[in-house]
Amino acid sequence: MAIEVRIPTILRTYTGGEKLVEGSGDTLTALLDDLDSRYDGLRGRLITDAGALHRFVNVYVNDEDVRFLGGLETKLADGDSVTVLPAVAGGSR
Amino acid sequence: MLEIPQEMVDRVVAHGRRDHPDECCGVIAAKDGAATRIFEMENAERSPTGFVFDSQEWLRVYRDIDDADEELLAVYHSHTATEAYPSRTDVRWSATAGFPHWLLVSTRSAELELRSFTIEDGVVTEEEVRVT
Repeated sequence: MAIEVRIPTILRTYTGGEKLVEGSGDTLTALLDDLDSRYDGLRGRLITDAGALHRFVNVYVNDEDVRFLGGLETKLADGDSVTVLPAVAGGSR
Repeated sequence: MLEIPQEMVDRVVAHGRRDHPDECCGVIAAKDGAATRIFEMENAERSPTGFVFDSQEWLRVYRDIDDADEELLAVYHSHTATEAYPSRTDVRWSATAGFPHWLLVSTRSAELELRSFTIEDGVVTEEEVRVT
């Protein structure tokens, strides 16, 4: 089951500079486990030690933010496209 | 040093004043290091003390920049009651956001206050804004 994953510039150190990689899995969690077996450390940048999606990243499945889908349990199917981006925030407080 | 055209300076300042008392935010893209485009973004938090990129808008903007083989040059935002200097929150987010430059404008007074910084490993360094 092939799922295309777009990696942002800041995380391409984990993918040997590749901006597009392929993985497999029937949920986002399974996909990230699969990717981590080939791109060591990538998963740790996306998931906290407590197993939640890191607030410093956005993950999209077919352009929908997974925070509004099923989070890490979002179901994936062959041909789906996943995009990872850094979340951007800040401010004076 | 951050080198940007006068038009972008004017856009950042105008955006800050328009969204005041809430913070504004946006992105400047570059090609081969030279500023090319500015994207005024929504502050999804609509707050006087913070900003968050709207995740859907950010996806469109990032893809637009990436597809054009451009790169992220700077993120800009406003502080509405304090100086144009990165806060602890800014420093924390800078580690993962992936922007070489943090451009800040303060809208606390009518006086122009626009400053640029690099933030690396938590160390804030002010740099020159060269207007072309």
